[in-house]
Amino acid sequence: MTQDTHIFHTSQRAGRLLTWGDLAALALIAAALYLGARLAFDAPEVVAGPQISLAPAALPWYTAMSVGRMSAAYALSLLFTLFYGRLAAYNRRLELVLMPLLDVLQSVPILSFLPLVLLSLSAILPQKLAVELASVVLIFTSQVWNMTFAWYQSLTTIPKELREAGSIFRLNTWMRFKRLELPFGMISLVWNSMMSWAGGWFFLMAAEIFTVGERDFRLPGLGAYLHAAADKSDYTAVAWGLAALVLTVVVIDQLLWRPLIAWSERFKVEMVETDQPPTSWFYDLVIRSNLARLAGERIISPLAEAFDRLTLRRFPFSGEAEGKEESWSWPGVIAAGLVSAGALYALYRLGLMLVAVPLVQWGGIGVGLLATLLRVALALLIALAWTVPVGVAIGTNRRLAAVLQPVVQVTASVPATALFPVVLLVVIDMPAGLNLAAVLLMLMGTQWYLLFNIIAGASAIPQDLKYTTELMQLSGWMRWRTLILPAIFPYLVTGAITATGGAWNASIVAEYQSFGGRTLSVTGIGSLIAQATALGDYPLLLAATLAMVLAVILINRLLWRRLYLLAEDKYRME
Amino acid sequence: MNDEVLLRLENITQEYGTGARRFIAVENVNLTLDEGEYVALLGPSGCGKSTLLRIIAGLQPPSRGRVLYRGQPLRGVNPHASIVFQTFALFPWLNVLENVELALQVKGVEPGERLDRAVDLLDRVGLDGFETAYPRELSGGMRQKVGFARAMAVEPELLCLDEPFSALDVLSAEALRGELLELWSEGKIPTKAILMVSHNIEEAVFMADRIVVMDKEPGRIVAELEVGLPHPRQRKSPEFQKMMDQVYATLAGETRPESEEMGVAPGEVGVTRRLPEVSLDDLTGLLEHLAESDLPQHDIYLLEDELGVDTDRLLRLTETAELLGFAVIGNGDMELTPLGQTFAEASILARKEIFAARARRLPMMRWLLKMLHAAGDQRLKWDVVESALNLEFPPEVAQSQLENLINWGRYGELLAYDVQTEEISIDKETAPAYAGAVR
Repeated sequence: MTQDTHIFHTSQRAGRLLTWGDLAALALIAAALYLGARLAFDAPEVVAGPQISLAPAALPWYTAMSVGRMSAAYALSLLFTLFYGRLAAYNRRLELVLMPLLDVLQSVPILSFLPLVLLSLSAILPQKLAVELASVVLIFTSQVWNMTFAWYQSLTTIPKELREAGSIFRLNTWMRFKRLELPFGMISLVWNSMMSWAGGWFFLMAAEIFTVGERDFRLPGLGAYLHAAADKSDYTAVAWGLAALVLTVVVIDQLLWRPLIAWSERFKVEMVETDQPPTSWFYDLVIRSNLARLAGERIISPLAEAFDRLTLRRFPFSGEAEGKEESWSWPGVIAAGLVSAGALYALYRLGLMLVAVPLVQWGGIGVGLLATLLRVALALLIALAWTVPVGVAIGTNRRLAAVLQPVVQVTASVPATALFPVVLLVVIDMPAGLNLAAVLLMLMGTQWYLLFNIIAGASAIPQDLKYTTELMQLSGWMRWRTLILPAIFPYLVTGAITATGGAWNASIVAEYQSFGGRTLSVTGIGSLIAQATALGDYPLLLAATLAMVLAVILINRLLWRRLYLLAEDKYRME
Repeated sequence: MNDEVLLRLENITQEYGTGARRFIAVENVNLTLDEGEYVALLGPSGCGKSTLLRIIAGLQPPSRGRVLYRGQPLRGVNPHASIVFQTFALFPWLNVLENVELALQVKGVEPGERLDRAVDLLDRVGLDGFETAYPRELSGGMRQKVGFARAMAVEPELLCLDEPFSALDVLSAEALRGELLELWSEGKIPTKAILMVSHNIEEAVFMADRIVVMDKEPGRIVAELEVGLPHPRQRKSPEFQKMMDQVYATLAGETRPESEEMGVAPGEVGVTRRLPEVSLDDLTGLLEHLAESDLPQHDIYLLEDELGVDTDRLLRLTETAELLGFAVIGNGDMELTPLGQTFAEASILARKEIFAARARRLPMMRWLLKMLHAAGDQRLKWDVVESALNLEFPPEVAQSQLENLINWGRYGELLAYDVQTEEISIDKETAPAYAGAVR
């Protein structure tokens, strides 16, 4: 169970409600959104979607397309992470802006950006390219923040003496990266990559099935296949699609992530041996094979050696002990000035655009926010109601855990957005069909975070405390109140923060759907954003997106951050 | 041995922060290091000896002053120096051999030769057979041997040791000290001089040719002592013991009049004395130990062995006893005052009362109690007091000083602290009269 403790780490830093850094970050995001909306004015009125074949033979191709998008987005995320994290960790002035920006971006509902990204890209790029790019950008924005944060954190927590050893033995920038920084951050980078990848599926599926009014932004891929199959009520195709999806997720997990995790164990900093290090059959197979060993000895080692030597000769150690960059450089000042000026102008234009939004529509935004908030709260409550007892049961019972853990993991690996069309197919004709479906989608997207966290929390309860409660003959509610609930509280809060984030995202696809030739919608901020996209009402789209971002950030700061700090302060076991 | 000057420090000062909140870590240090010398930098924690070592290695530039290496001003990391770190600072993901090889690779040594030289170095420190082990598989002593092998791999002229034995258990440390002295005194390593930072007096007397004694607040050199005993040195010999006593006399200082000893309250003109970071149970243990003995005066250096505490902790304890008026110190000896004697023999409750009476006289405690009485409901937020102390001390010191102050206050039942509300208040049960008087 030690694995789970690595995973759900949300960074919540103490402090005031909104700092200057937060405001600067929000201003930058708002400026970027304005730019998107401005470009979107030229978006085509009608967008023809792709033809989706429901033949099972087409599935390998669709799978390859989906995995390709994921890979492209992940590669982009990794590059961005290494660059941005380094910049923030080593430059004190940039850190002041970059970290709040990261913090804010981490907590906004990324999916709400999808319409603006799609529209603005279709206005300036050929249709197919624009849609592909939008999906990659969306997945990227969903994956990158926690990876970047993890990388930044490991760069800033490298022990001082290890850094000094790097300097005194004159490691140049490359060798320091290869031998010190990357190994030190490797474990958290791999874990966060795996989490990001898993989360990315949710957004990929959402991007592949996104279609509003006359604008069909769907992409040929697994998500679109499932959507089309459900749309035509073709249950066989739905089954094929789901099978392909689950298979893809499991294969990538077994052949890529598990081996990576088993491998990354060697970069552990703790000076003690682990009892049960993570293992992977595929990793064992690879390191035992002669081919891999030969490749390592004959090709990789000499190449690495040659590259090291090249960098050492061309870019030797500067002689300066590394430290935080303090001074201003002129290009930096000019770039900062240009960005600020651009952002200010964009904010001014944004203001003009928002002033033009009629009061009625603002009212609609308020009502929509409230309605979606209610759905999010409902989904969270339902999730809590079942995950707390089940999670505690699994977490405190090894035998149960051995049986249920794999089942839960596979079930959880299916992205909720992929299942959504299927859910719609089932509940659409029930009373309050779409409302029910929307809450269900939120629930499917969120409950797993909670469940995994609660399992982790329950299994971390020290044996001594369990014995003590038994000795004191506490039972039933008293036992829950004095031991279990306080013990899982920090995990519960962490899980709930991630879960509500997911629920807000889900509202974008869940509250407005074109399905079986009908267009369905319920009141909510998500459906408002989708409708504005369909109608081409860009000021409304912008206003609604901004309102949602702001609302979510405020809720985070007012509610979740406080709970998180309370949990950290009072209920942490360590 | 030749006497060519290897390193010279001229008026080195290291400061942190700016303006009114500027703190001096090291003040006006002048020091020379000759070829062939083994010099120990000795002092209590916080005296800036590690900072000085980093300045000498070029890891950090001093705020003021010059570092001359072989007569040339030092710029950047000193290419002729190497460091053995207190925490070893080995790369955990590289095995023993790779750790040593890395230092050689960066110097541009070709793979084949690299391997030979690394194996040879590991042989010399007695690690043959462990080449492919990872640091986490090794004991602390063996890890530090890798640290030595790595430092020697770059063939430094100046070997800097940053408390290299303090993270090891007693026996490994002793073994490693002997091995280092052997390598050094028999000229088996190309090193020209060794500079060792230590807070362990016995270790310094055992190993060094010259001991540079530093003191804190601000960090500065207070004495330089030539050891001048032949190797191998006998710890029980009278000369060795005399040397120990002499160093302790320098470090423990003389008890001054109370007003001088206690310093001033925060905000007043003068130096606010920091409270030593000790466990008050340790203090009780020390006082009881002294009270049980028949002799009026105790050599402080002997207490190290008798109580099984290291130099640093012992000095903090003697400082506390001195500050609270439980003992007086002079010439490296310590004598209980009548109050200290009474304290040692008193019951738990009586001890608390004696302690409270003394603690109340400390300027910082007086200052805090006064502020609490002035506050409306006799409560103050932790943050408020900490920011007030921040004007006096560097941030991390302000925090630990406040923790200390509250601890002492709680022990003496002068203060209460609620961790939920983060509020400091007057302990109502013992101070009702006080509370009434102010209202």
